[in-house]
Amino acid sequence: MRLSPLTRALLGAFTALALVFVYLPLSLVLLNSFNTSRAFAWPPPGLTTRWWSQAWSSDGARSAIVVSLEVAAIATVVALVLGTMAAMALHRFRFFGRDTVSLLIILPIALPGVVTGIALANAFTTMLGLELGFLTVVVSHATFCIVTVFNNAIARMRRLGTTLEDASADLGAGTFTTFRLVTLPMLRSALLAGGLLSFALSFDEIIVTTFTAGSGVTTLPIWIYQNLFRPNQAPVVNVVAAALIVLSILPIWLAQRLAGTDESVAAAR
Amino acid sequence: MASSGSAGLLHRSPRLRLGLLLGPPMLWLGVLYLGSLAALFITSLWTVDAFGAGIQRTWTLENFRTLFTLDVYRTITFRTLLTAVAVTVIDGLVAVPVALFMAKVASPRWQRILVILVLTPLWASYLVKAYAWRGMFSTGGPLDSVGLSPGYGLSATIVTLAYLWLPYMVLPMYAGLERLPDSLLEASADLGAGTWTTMRRVVLPVLFPAAVAGSIFTFSLTLGDYIAVKIVGGTNQLLGNVVYDSFLTGNNMPFAATVSLIPVVVMLAYLTAVRRTGALENL
Repeated sequence: MRLSPLTRALLGAFTALALVFVYLPLSLVLLNSFNTSRAFAWPPPGLTTRWWSQAWSSDGARSAIVVSLEVAAIATVVALVLGTMAAMALHRFRFFGRDTVSLLIILPIALPGVVTGIALANAFTTMLGLELGFLTVVVSHATFCIVTVFNNAIARMRRLGTTLEDASADLGAGTFTTFRLVTLPMLRSALLAGGLLSFALSFDEIIVTTFTAGSGVTTLPIWIYQNLFRPNQAPVVNVVAAALIVLSILPIWLAQRLAGTDESVAAAR
Repeated sequence: MASSGSAGLLHRSPRLRLGLLLGPPMLWLGVLYLGSLAALFITSLWTVDAFGAGIQRTWTLENFRTLFTLDVYRTITFRTLLTAVAVTVIDGLVAVPVALFMAKVASPRWQRILVILVLTPLWASYLVKAYAWRGMFSTGGPLDSVGLSPGYGLSATIVTLAYLWLPYMVLPMYAGLERLPDSLLEASADLGAGTWTTMRRVVLPVLFPAAVAGSIFTFSLTLGDYIAVKIVGGTNQLLGNVVYDSFLTGNNMPFAATVSLIPVVVMLAYLTAVRRTGALENL
């Protein structure tokens, strides 16, 4: 197939248009964070940095950020351990039910968020008699984070094969030595990329969180959501939103540095 | 040193190694997660007593009867499925040209830049993006000022959701097309196939499983969403709202569980149907 110059130009124009569609609303949030109008009048009557300093001193936003960071950090550690173990098992072994296991790993993200949310909330409260809180949020987040680590780890393992590990075993290294000196260094950047994505996924999650957090735990997305419809909080919420957009460049830049483009594509899924 | 203690035992017994590797993740996902799904089904067969005092653990099909007989739930179910289909179709139509351009037209340098441009919004907060569209659709906002805003409602919800899930469709398509060697396309042309024939017989077979993989996300994420519709959907409700409202405001966990089985059934049917296309390997 040789695409004609016209087709190429049309594809390019369409792609450019799609990207405008992607970035237009985000730029509006950035612009509105400087809008002097509390109700975001369009076009902005004037520009101010007042909301940014107000947001900076917002206690609610600050403590919500801390909670989100804690949840994301613990969930990511759990996901890193379990995701790597599952990837090693599925890559190195052929066994009965292997397909079912891989389906089970993707199930928490293949099933809709409300389902995962209510299923876990119901299990915690109705079946186990637990109080909803910090722990239940962390457990729920880890559940859907496992797959991101798993995907990154297994993609790397498939690419590198098992020859190095086999060689290590042949040269007399035990299971743990091989893992420490061969497998882990091979996986390091893939695990960093997967862990990063898992962290971001947890940091951003709201649907499962609203079901499993109870009333005592306020993560950043829950704080944003609670304040979204309060007119006098709107400018501060908008600043937090704008800050999150700017900060989102950080993990993507890191992921690009850590893994190649191919793997950051895999990492995003 | 190599054969000492537990490491030696592990080395000699692959089955033990597999068991130890697979045990913890399976306990988490197989027992905790699958167990929760099973518990959800059990709870859907229970009910709450009339005074809202708590869950009555007696077996009844009452919830299912309510779900199937009340018109409002049928309407909401169809509206949700329609939204999911519309979002998936829109994302599919937008993603094909974009992925094609990225993988087959753009120079390697631009390819990298475009991947970053498509990926970056994925890292931006979900709420922020939904909220951004609230600004776009607002009365007197940017779209309204040029007469293009449909206002808050179902179409605003579809646009917002299509926007939110677009990268999930573009990325698998791009990854699929990127793996398709250019030489294969040239061979097809050399053998006399026109652009459309090549598209249909070489590009499409690659694109299809990728589109299916993407559609699992766009479909499932739409079925499970209740926040975007609250932000831009006006008074419209989707299945997620019914689940959440029954759970929280209605304090009726059994009915919430019953309603949430609809997306489970839809997704399981969908996953079973697409398993043969090999799309699950592309996730």
